[in-house]
Amino acid sequence: MTDIAAATNENLAQISNVLVYSAMAVYTLAFLAHIAEWVLGSRSKVGRTAAALAPARRAAAAPAVQVRTAGGGTRVLDKPKVVTRAAAGARDVPDGPGAAGGDVKGDLYGRIAVSLTALAFLLQAGAVVARALSVQRAPWGNMYEFSLTFSTVATGTYLAFLLAGKNVRWLGLPLVTTVLLDLGVATTWLYTESDQLVPALDSYWLWIHVSTAIFCGAVFYIGAVATVLYLLKDKYEVKAAGGGKPGAFARSVMERLPSAASFDKLAYRVNAAVFPLWTFTIIAGAIWAGDAWGRYWNWDPKEVWSFITWVAYACYLHARATVGWKGRKAAVLALVAFGCWLFNYYGVNIFVDGLHSYAGVE
Amino acid sequence: MSNTERTGATESAGHTQQAHPEPAGALGGTGDPESPAGAEGSSRPQPAGPAGGTRGPEPAGQPDERGEPGSVESQDATGQGLSTAPAQEPDDSVTLPALGAVGWVRWFWRQLTSMRVALLLLFLLSLGAVPGSLIPQNNVDDTKVRAFMEAHETLGPVYDKLQLFDVYSSVWFSAIYILLFVSLIGCIVPRTWQFAGQLRSRPPGAPRRLTRLPAYATWRTTATPDEARAAALRMLRKRRFRSHVAGDAVAAEKGYLREAGNLLFHVALIVMLVAFACGQLFRSEGGKLIVEGEGYGFANTLTQYDDFRSGSLFGLDALEPFSFELKQFTGTYETSGPQRGTPRTFEADIRYSEGGGPEKKAVVRVNEPLRIGDAKVYLISHGYAPVVTVRDARGKVVSSEPVPLLPIDANVTSTGVLKVMDGYRDAKGEKKQLGFPLFFVPTFAGKGQGQMFSQFPGLAFPALNLSAYHGDLRVDSGIPQNVYQLDTSKMTPFKDGNGEIFKKTLLPGETITLPDGAGTVTFEKEIREWAGFQVSQQPGNGWALAGSVAALAGLIGSLFVQRRRVWVRAVAGEDGVTVVEMAGLGRSETAKLPEELAELAAELHAVAPTAPEPEAPAAGADTDQAVPAEGAKQ
Ligand code: HEM
Repeated sequence: MTDIAAATNENLAQISNVLVYSAMAVYTLAFLAHIAEWVLGSRSKVGRTAAALAPARRAAAAPAVQVRTAGGGTRVLDKPKVVTRAAAGARDVPDGPGAAGGDVKGDLYGRIAVSLTALAFLLQAGAVVARALSVQRAPWGNMYEFSLTFSTVATGTYLAFLLAGKNVRWLGLPLVTTVLLDLGVATTWLYTESDQLVPALDSYWLWIHVSTAIFCGAVFYIGAVATVLYLLKDKYEVKAAGGGKPGAFARSVMERLPSAASFDKLAYRVNAAVFPLWTFTIIAGAIWAGDAWGRYWNWDPKEVWSFITWVAYACYLHARATVGWKGRKAAVLALVAFGCWLFNYYGVNIFVDGLHSYAGVE
Repeated sequence: MSNTERTGATESAGHTQQAHPEPAGALGGTGDPESPAGAEGSSRPQPAGPAGGTRGPEPAGQPDERGEPGSVESQDATGQGLSTAPAQEPDDSVTLPALGAVGWVRWFWRQLTSMRVALLLLFLLSLGAVPGSLIPQNNVDDTKVRAFMEAHETLGPVYDKLQLFDVYSSVWFSAIYILLFVSLIGCIVPRTWQFAGQLRSRPPGAPRRLTRLPAYATWRTTATPDEARAAALRMLRKRRFRSHVAGDAVAAEKGYLREAGNLLFHVALIVMLVAFACGQLFRSEGGKLIVEGEGYGFANTLTQYDDFRSGSLFGLDALEPFSFELKQFTGTYETSGPQRGTPRTFEADIRYSEGGGPEKKAVVRVNEPLRIGDAKVYLISHGYAPVVTVRDARGKVVSSEPVPLLPIDANVTSTGVLKVMDGYRDAKGEKKQLGFPLFFVPTFAGKGQGQMFSQFPGLAFPALNLSAYHGDLRVDSGIPQNVYQLDTSKMTPFKDGNGEIFKKTLLPGETITLPDGAGTVTFEKEIREWAGFQVSQQPGNGWALAGSVAALAGLIGSLFVQRRRVWVRAVAGEDGVTVVEMAGLGRSETAKLPEELAELAAELHAVAPTAPEPEAPAAGADTDQAVPAEGAKQ
């Protein structure tokens, strides 16, 4: 009886592994399709940033005339129109057209890439579920499972943003690249046979604490990508506004990306939105620690780095409200904070030993 | 929207100032709703400088002097008006105060409670926490600290001096967080007052030029100005805006929960810190090893603990009165596969009673402590306690009890010592003490199978290896003795026939005779288990939890609620037709604000529909350039 169960479980684990490799294959195709999208898109000539920032255009940045005085003179305005304007000091730079740059063929490849990513996501999610069924517990018992779930959630979040109509297709290439890296590392170095949990990890807080931790990481990751792109795009915009001549490659790439302001806004929203969840993750971890180890806060390295990550994100949120720290400096803080998160995940598990010894790597 | 410095540097100052000065001035005076109009940027609460009067050499608020920060300020004030955030110093604020003790104190206080310093302290706090995670810490693992000290002879003492083995209780780490919390309190108190003031006062009146606000709509309507305003007031109130009519416009504001949440969050941080500090000061934590079976119980008094630690303000009478006994310990392990031997369940079945009350049953598991009053009983370790019987030369039983042994590896290879203190006489009838160093494996590899280390943590093939000493155990020497170690300085090992140290491996039920007829030792079939319990009492846990839940709630309010103001102005234009102007201003730039304004405008438009167009452009169609004519229509 138990043997049959064990065999089924082994089969499921096998299925999970096959699904992971299939997902990696599909992600690779998606990666190539994204590359094709970017390459084909470079054919189009877009130069909005420079145009928008050209001195001649700037005076025109004033709001449009508010009441339409249409030719007939007695025309009735059907609905009041709301005019919006950016805060002072903001550049009125429009978002770029996306990787395809308006190129029809490039756009087709982009769509193919997104579809492939969605397919790969389904395969990968299947792998997570199969793994969970094979071990009959939450599939977060070791770093392999953690990495697998992490990239699944990151892709899922990206796809959810796309479904919600958010302008995030630019995220496709960096995301697929990282997911491939993450899965590569997971399958080659972190792989652990599926198995039960040690008693110390066997608690319903595992579901709560670890699932939110993974989710926060995945979303923080998206925030970090947006932040990096913000820094790059911002530099480019500053250069363009100052009359500098960016290189052809930089221009081709940057012109197709959203504006620095859009990146900044997205990065902020994403980071601010998960910050409370990250706070909750730490609280949940403390409650669990209180039950498992007798003290809710023990300054264990994992706890310390969660705390550091939390304080670093708090720094970032404060910086955004502090004169002289907004913008680039705050963005750098956001990256430092994400670096802390990464270190907490990889660095602490591998280089530092503490009570969180679940990594399953030697 | 960001990167103001650079924009300031690259754009002409003229442009920036032209683009936004007005709302800044108009909104700055948060607490001064009736005087909406102000000179450029000056009605904003004067943030700069140590104290209003001691502002140093440069003339305050000169627009051209502050070309760059000027842009920062005007942008910032749009948000500033909607929050009670502490005053922000522009970059030139680091000017030193004119001398004078009071001036210095005020200057220092202002610095400490500024956002910039809060940011710096937060940053230092995270930086300061790093070494504690990389260097072994005394309160986490004392043995590692000792090992580190031995391995690094020069570095060790330096680290010790710098308190790097006790980072989280070190002077410098404490200094950072204490400063941070002083800053926090210095920040919260005035903000709370200010917020209370904002709650009592009404939303400020409309700025003169609504066109300059982030979202704007206008149309000419057939309704009279009074009707339009009344409709707007109704609509805004229905949508739970705090609104009132101020002059020719309706002023409304919503989203106070943001500020309330922010304050709640920061107050909750203080609660958490205080709770944590109390927990540290009043906590007690003791460890106790308990062998299965009756007669090996534990009563919660200081003397019964194997080890005990407490915070500096802990009082002994705070120990909860209870006692318990370990009925049975159950450990199961993976029996096959690559993770063979990995623990699966640990369960301690106990009987306890509170303050001499009736006996109750409970099961303590690794993640499931037992709560008794304020105390929590945790299961933290386990091991074996083989029962060993020692008889003296005449066959009298001098000792027969379970001997708890300490595991030295994951497969529970265990060591310890059986000490026979009294009752033993050797073959000559002489009184002596005996000591038996024991080495136990729950799963023996078999005789001749390499070293004697356990192959599996469960009791599959138990074996006990022992040697024996006689003499003086030195338990009365006054020096506290480790029960798991043998002091052999006054003891002589038994030797076998070849003159080698006597050493035997026994299987359960086997008995050996000590050399020279000195007695026998039996490894009984009964092998008990023991469990290590930790009893912790930490007051303030409830407060810490309440604080963290409040912090979370506050944070959610603070990050997800948008605070925004809406103004609706309705005046009769030059041609007598009513012009409605609506504008919205948010704490931070969001896409939702224009959307909301559009909704409001559509709703109001339904009540105050568009009037037919006249021949000439209407009065509402002013542009940025029309500065001087501004006040004309009022
Ligand atoms: C223990 C230290 C502190 C932590 C962990 C912390 C954390 C945070 C967090 C996470 C936020 C984001 C919430 C939001 O944006 O509304 C925030 C906002 C804020 N904090 Fe703190 N804070 C600390 C100390 C301080 C101090 C000392 C001050 C005063 C100088 C301060 C003033 C503020 C203000 C004004 C905001 C609102 C920022 C905004 O306008 O968005 N905080 N804080």
